[in-house]
Amino acid sequence: MNFEELTQLAERERAAQHAMPFQIHVCAGTGCHAAGSEMVAKALEGEVARSTLKGKVLVKCVGCRGLCASGPIVEVEQQQPNAEPASVLYAHVRPEDAPEVVRSIGGEPVERLFLDTNQPFFTRQLKIVLEDCGKIDPERIEDYIARGGYRALFKVLDEMTPSEVIDEITHSGLRGRGGAGFPTGLKWATVAKANPQRYPTYVPPGVQSQKFVICNGDEGDPGAFMDRSVMEGDPHRVLEGMIIAGYAVGANQGYIYVRAEYPLAVKRLRTAIRQAQRVGLLGNNIAGTAFSFNIDIRLGAGAFVCGEETALIASIEGGRGLPRPRPPYPAEYGLWGCPTLINNVETLANIAPIINRGAAWFASIGTAKSKGTKVFALTGQVKNTGLIEVPMGITLREIVFDIGGGIPNGRKFKAVQTGGPSGGCIPEQYLDTPVDYESLTALGSIMGSGGLIVMDDSTDMVEVARFFMEFCMEESCGKCIPCRAGTAQIHHILTKFQTGRATMRDLRLLEELCDVVKHASLCGLGQSAPNPVLSTLRYFRHEYEAKLRSDGYAYGHANGAAEEALSHVQ
Amino acid sequence: MSVVTLKINDQDVSARDDATVLQAAREAGIHIPVLCYLEGLSAVGACRLCLVEVAGVNRLLPACTTRVQEGMMVQTNTPRLQNYRRHIVELLFAERNHVCAVCVANGNCELQALAIEVGMDHVRYDYMFPALGVDLTHERFGLDHNRCILCTRCVRACDEIEGAHTLDVLGRGAKARIVTDLNMPWGESPTCTSCGKCAMACPTGAIFKQGSTVAEMVHHPEKLAFLKVARERREWRV
Ligand SMILES: Cc1cc2nc3c(=O)[nH]c(=O)nc-3n(C[C@H](O)[C@H](O)[C@H](O)COP(=O)(O)O)c2cc1C
Ligand code: SF4
Ligand code: FES
Repeated sequence: MNFEELTQLAERERAAQHAMPFQIHVCAGTGCHAAGSEMVAKALEGEVARSTLKGKVLVKCVGCRGLCASGPIVEVEQQQPNAEPASVLYAHVRPEDAPEVVRSIGGEPVERLFLDTNQPFFTRQLKIVLEDCGKIDPERIEDYIARGGYRALFKVLDEMTPSEVIDEITHSGLRGRGGAGFPTGLKWATVAKANPQRYPTYVPPGVQSQKFVICNGDEGDPGAFMDRSVMEGDPHRVLEGMIIAGYAVGANQGYIYVRAEYPLAVKRLRTAIRQAQRVGLLGNNIAGTAFSFNIDIRLGAGAFVCGEETALIASIEGGRGLPRPRPPYPAEYGLWGCPTLINNVETLANIAPIINRGAAWFASIGTAKSKGTKVFALTGQVKNTGLIEVPMGITLREIVFDIGGGIPNGRKFKAVQTGGPSGGCIPEQYLDTPVDYESLTALGSIMGSGGLIVMDDSTDMVEVARFFMEFCMEESCGKCIPCRAGTAQIHHILTKFQTGRATMRDLRLLEELCDVVKHASLCGLGQSAPNPVLSTLRYFRHEYEAKLRSDGYAYGHANGAAEEALSHVQ
Repeated sequence: MSVVTLKINDQDVSARDDATVLQAAREAGIHIPVLCYLEGLSAVGACRLCLVEVAGVNRLLPACTTRVQEGMMVQTNTPRLQNYRRHIVELLFAERNHVCAVCVANGNCELQALAIEVGMDHVRYDYMFPALGVDLTHERFGLDHNRCILCTRCVRACDEIEGAHTLDVLGRGAKARIVTDLNMPWGESPTCTSCGKCAMACPTGAIFKQGSTVAEMVHHPEKLAFLKVARERREWRV
């Protein structure tokens, strides 16, 4: 396929879509799917087939629309000459509502199901990564191309050298969305420069020794579904980012590492890869150039630590998912000893827009050091739970109270936890902090991959810390001692607080131990595991102190501690 | 190969450019405590006892896997590192059932020696007292999970020196265990060659020769390095 053919295909698809004056988009994202959107789509299709509008309405299943708490979400679009289509959004649609929805097409919207898109939940968001998610049919490459997909790839292949691509990404200021916020351009440049001969390689038979690109779609944080929504709702965008990355760093093979718990994402990615291969956008001599690139999928078995880059690489190699000390970083010594670029799904989903609209445009969004947008999974005690994309630099208050709609049931806000299980809890007085990598770190939390959990005033912060520590303890790979034994001891001490057996001595030991685990652990799991404890100790220390034994009696080793330890170590 | 110079504890040290900080320090007679590292086996950087401070690096780095660099400034024994080392040793003692008085390796144990070295006069953590078993099905060796610190030296010796890969790790976190083959009794293992390299490698009393009584079990970790070097130099021909 060349650029001309791409343009023609886009035109054809657009014309075909315009021939249908109406489109019904049924959200098939995680939340809506669980709420029964599949049945709704079937009912709508049946209803359209029976109605007089047959042949004029296209019913399609699309990716996540964000407002998961109100699912299933249905959007009815009406084509307008020379303008964006007019659309109406419906919430909580059940299969029984199908006749009413179809009858209303072209007339007045169904009042009962109507969802106002003029509320801050929609107006305060800025969508780049998710711009097509919920608009296109993720199972059709034509739909992606019709909306401008793969144009960036052609621009890169036809007009830019690999180093120009890297410069463009560097100038955009994009930073890795997988958690650490490492500058993406710098990482690409390191891989591009890396000497494949520096370290001995051990590629298996059938694999060519070269550079590799890995897309990290492991997303092991509980409650996070940002990457999942992108992979399920707009898989071609991820592929396009990977192909461009491959061109920039000089790799011919890419792997997408997805957890097996995401069967729909796996299926959609497989379909997308097949479609891209069919039209010649993946495979040998892409678009008639000398550049070849292939993508394969690797499934993870759902261990949190396998999201850590070196553990992920070990897992792709077929070993146990254990991290190894860095340096050497994967950029120099990665998959099978070869230089490897590893980027998060969301990072890669930002690539095509940056190439299309330019680094300056991207750099104009966000704060001085954090550019662009960030996708968050907003959950907990907040009215609008779901998936949001906001510009960097927006305040936590705007996220929780404007977009999130505030705290339900008349309760008061207490804290918001950012960054998943190993993020910190941020209290009310810091709600006006702009969301960027540095500000969150300064508050003792992290950006992480983008979980946001809102807690109301009924929350016991010690219990929150204990809960997350339990997760980290269970997900610790067991390789290094500070993380394996340290998280278990932290959890044990927090359990003593919760059962009224903690003394001042435990509180001091807890603080010392958090310091050890944070600074002596091998990988990011252990290094960030104490964050929930440290941040709650920093902002809610009185809650810990209130739980200390009033008689100051130091609780010995033998009494009962043994049975309790047994119950969770066995 | 070229030679680099660096400073370890303010002492000038020179080393091959492919050496690790640990090797350079040892050659210069500077002691860095280790547990998971064993000469002759690959380094995994797991026990974190060998962590050192390197000027200009804001993280602590394991000496056993970090390569030397020209002009590097390394500190191996600061109060902060001493504190971390003591915590790590205490965490190990609290994690499983290390009762020296009734251990075959008493007096011949690297963990015990470390406890003395880091000045561990008592353990501040609550003991976890996990209920763990002992595998005595092998006719010559025993595996006592109560004493195991999961250093994986036995796993690497079995895989890298003997080439049998009988031993490996099952499970993760505190639930991890050393297993033989697919978690079968050691005595039934079809791959074990009964070479005893695991017993040479084990730093504690976890893998021992059957029939040893308390304080009898002497390890010979140096034999593994000897074997490896001799093979590389082809000192024997068959
Ligand atoms: C315990 C742990 C879990 C991680 N899980 C993920 C994950 O699920 N997805 C991800 O993209 N990155 C994850 N990371 C970060 C990766 O190690 C790596 O930094 C990232 O994939 C790099 O991509 P980026 O530069 O695009 O952010 C995790 C890191 C740690 C320490
Ligand atoms: S059995 Fe010994 S050598 Fe093997 S992991 Fe346990 S302590 Fe280390
Ligand atoms: S000896 Fe270096 S980490 Fe164990």
